[in-house]
Amino acid sequence: MEFGPFLLLAVMEGLVGAAVLALTASGLSLVFGVMRVVNVAHGEFFMLGAVAAWFVSQWVPGPPGLAFAVALVACPLLVAGLAALADGLVLKRLAYEPEATIIATIGLLYILQQAALSLYGPEARPVPPPFEARLQLPWFGWSGYKLFVIGAAGAVLAGLWLLLSRSRIGLVMRATQVDRETATAFGIDVDRVYAATFALGAGLAAIAAVLIVPIQQAHYLMGGDPLLLSFIVVVIGGLGSLRGTLVAALLIGLSDGVISTFFEPTLAKILATLLVALVLVFRPQGLFGARA
Amino acid sequence: MRMIALHLAVLAVLAALQFVLPAYHHTNAARIMVLATYAIGFNIAFGYSGLLSLGHALFFAGGMYATGLLVDQGGWQPWLALVAGPLAGGALAAAVGLLALRTAGPAFMIVTLMFAQAFHLAILYWGRFTGGDEGFTLSGAARRIGAFDLADPATRYTAAFLLFGAAMLGCLALARSRTGRVLVAVRENEERTRMLGYDTFRAKLFALALSGLISGAAGATYGLMFGYVGGSFASIQYSILPLIWVLLGGAGTVLGPLLGTALMFYLIDWASSVTTASQFVVGAVLILLVLFAPRGLLGLVRDHAMRRLP
Amino acid sequence: MSLLEARGLVRHFGGLRAIDGVDFDLAPGEIHALIGPNGAGKSTLVGLLSGRIPAQEGTIRFDGRDITRLPAHARVRCGIAYAFQITSVFPRLTTFDNVALAVQRAGARNLAAATGAALARVGLEAEADRMAGALSYGHQRLLEIAMGLALEPRLLILDEPTQGLAAGEIEGFKTLVRGLVPRVTVLLIEHNMEVVMDLAERITVLNNGRVLAQGTPAGIRADRAVQAAYLGG
Repeated sequence: MEFGPFLLLAVMEGLVGAAVLALTASGLSLVFGVMRVVNVAHGEFFMLGAVAAWFVSQWVPGPPGLAFAVALVACPLLVAGLAALADGLVLKRLAYEPEATIIATIGLLYILQQAALSLYGPEARPVPPPFEARLQLPWFGWSGYKLFVIGAAGAVLAGLWLLLSRSRIGLVMRATQVDRETATAFGIDVDRVYAATFALGAGLAAIAAVLIVPIQQAHYLMGGDPLLLSFIVVVIGGLGSLRGTLVAALLIGLSDGVISTFFEPTLAKILATLLVALVLVFRPQGLFGARA
Repeated sequence: MRMIALHLAVLAVLAALQFVLPAYHHTNAARIMVLATYAIGFNIAFGYSGLLSLGHALFFAGGMYATGLLVDQGGWQPWLALVAGPLAGGALAAAVGLLALRTAGPAFMIVTLMFAQAFHLAILYWGRFTGGDEGFTLSGAARRIGAFDLADPATRYTAAFLLFGAAMLGCLALARSRTGRVLVAVRENEERTRMLGYDTFRAKLFALALSGLISGAAGATYGLMFGYVGGSFASIQYSILPLIWVLLGGAGTVLGPLLGTALMFYLIDWASSVTTASQFVVGAVLILLVLFAPRGLLGLVRDHAMRRLP
Repeated sequence: MSLLEARGLVRHFGGLRAIDGVDFDLAPGEIHALIGPNGAGKSTLVGLLSGRIPAQEGTIRFDGRDITRLPAHARVRCGIAYAFQITSVFPRLTTFDNVALAVQRAGARNLAAATGAALARVGLEAEADRMAGALSYGHQRLLEIAMGLALEPRLLILDEPTQGLAAGEIEGFKTLVRGLVPRVTVLLIEHNMEVVMDLAERITVLNNGRVLAQGTPAGIRADRAVQAAYLGG
């Protein structure tokens, strides 16, 4: 293949990764931004979404499109419900003290991972895509489903942006983010806002997982990479800044393909983890976020 | 005085145990003492100085790999390699500290986590030397120091006991020293400590380096004692374990690490015998501890019965 | 010869000029009070002197030595001690340990004896084994001062020391401070005018980040500008 089409293919594949990453990372970013909670179990919510999608594909009869539609609605709701439960049972009782919540979410990570292993098993299982379509370009053919993933992720992110910037819920969330005490004084039920935020963050990860699972198989250990990548994106985009997170997700998702052609994946990961550490040390406001 | 007697009594019990324990528990006890040494190292940073690192596996595995590689591929004398292990752990901790200690709280946790993760990945990446995930075993000759063969259970127990005893008494001395008082002050209120004329950055760097040194010593000894150096010791799991042990036993107590390590060891041992879901126990213990006993078992004892427990 | 000599100090926060070109001197062995309305810049000025806040412009000399760039902990070693505005003892450490931290910084050989003496100086020797957080408010303030004194400073900065003290405790405090000079120079940031007029030998009035007036208590009381800006003229 010539360079031009090759680059086009790399960009298109990169966009799929970027779209899913943007969804996952915006969930992590939202939770950190509003609640100041570093959710180490975020990758496990992603994994749960994928595993749940597999169960739905087994239980719902009829065409794969129907099962997928059910999964796309039911799995994020299920995961969001679990997250709200975890918030009420654990995080709230810790008064959202930063270090204690990190320890607690590590515990949650172990429990969720073990639950998936016990109930779902150690196998990696595929989930059929909702439709088979090929996009035929002059140089290569491409899965129409991947195009759908990009579109769907874009739509969800646009919805999220509208929710946060235009709706009352978004206003309440932003008010709580700025100052918890004042929000309480203005009659905002901060406990409910936090539970909703934690559920929304987990739900976003689950949506991302349902979208990606027809391309990538469901496995109980699949949460590690999205967690690491989301961390990288959130840190580089600037902790708690949703716009920075989206820009960083696009950049990192797109460059992921390019980087992995130059470096081995393991080496790329080593460099990425070191980059996160150094950004946190020397530029805690992120590489391109304005100062918080 | 009574407190020193209490700690010496614990050591005496440990020394006596080797003559009564059956073989299975004999090996477990040796393992627990080395892991408890690691926990003591972690506790100096976390419990006494308030530095919650999620990357201590870097120092534990750093010591283990330094000693293991030097003896296995460098052809060093085992005793010399055993000295190099702690130094490697301490040096790694000092290097990490110079960068990570510019941050605090959650950022410090993530930075230490990322450095440890990079080290784990590096071990996998340079598998030609490190054996990757599988690691490598140490030959019989590599585990003999002079007349002492660490493959022999009795020698192994004694070595573990000496290591643990030294670490515990060192920790006790530190807790009662002027330096220990400053570290606790940094944990309680860093800004106030600075206004008492202390360079708190230096104090924290010292604590982290000492913590890394002890963790490295535990890792190096563990590798030689059990003849195996592997990638899993560098994984995040081994950064979380000392946190659990210390939280369970009591952060900022001298005996807490031993108590927590022993309890957790047998809890997981028991859980694996009745269920395959042993990770469940780890997760549940973590959550229950932060929810209901954030100061751990000896923390409860100190709050209610023995206020002067160091 | 001044003990402390600050020239042209400037510190802005965003657009706010907290300190805007302040010259300030302390004579050895004096009790000097810093007053001014809320937001005048008193806390910022003290932060600049103690090193908690870095200065953007200007120089600070202490005992002839330029300390402008020294970090806070190094200034403590030079002899500048700062007792916090909001009581900030270590509540989960014993009273003994709180003071011992300061005593050992000053380099005492016999820690137990020196700490006991430092506690006795403020009358807290009976409380040595109690947790500092369990002390009464007044005792916590005394503990704070004991910690400052145990550093054996040449300049002791007391930020709102009488806030929340009962009338009887204020009398004891005044006696304590008078007993410190001339060995120690005292800089007092205080709202209680009675205490200021009674204790201070010289007073500096800050307003909007600048020095409005400086002089003896009688002179300040008579100053028109001060009356207009501050005393409600």
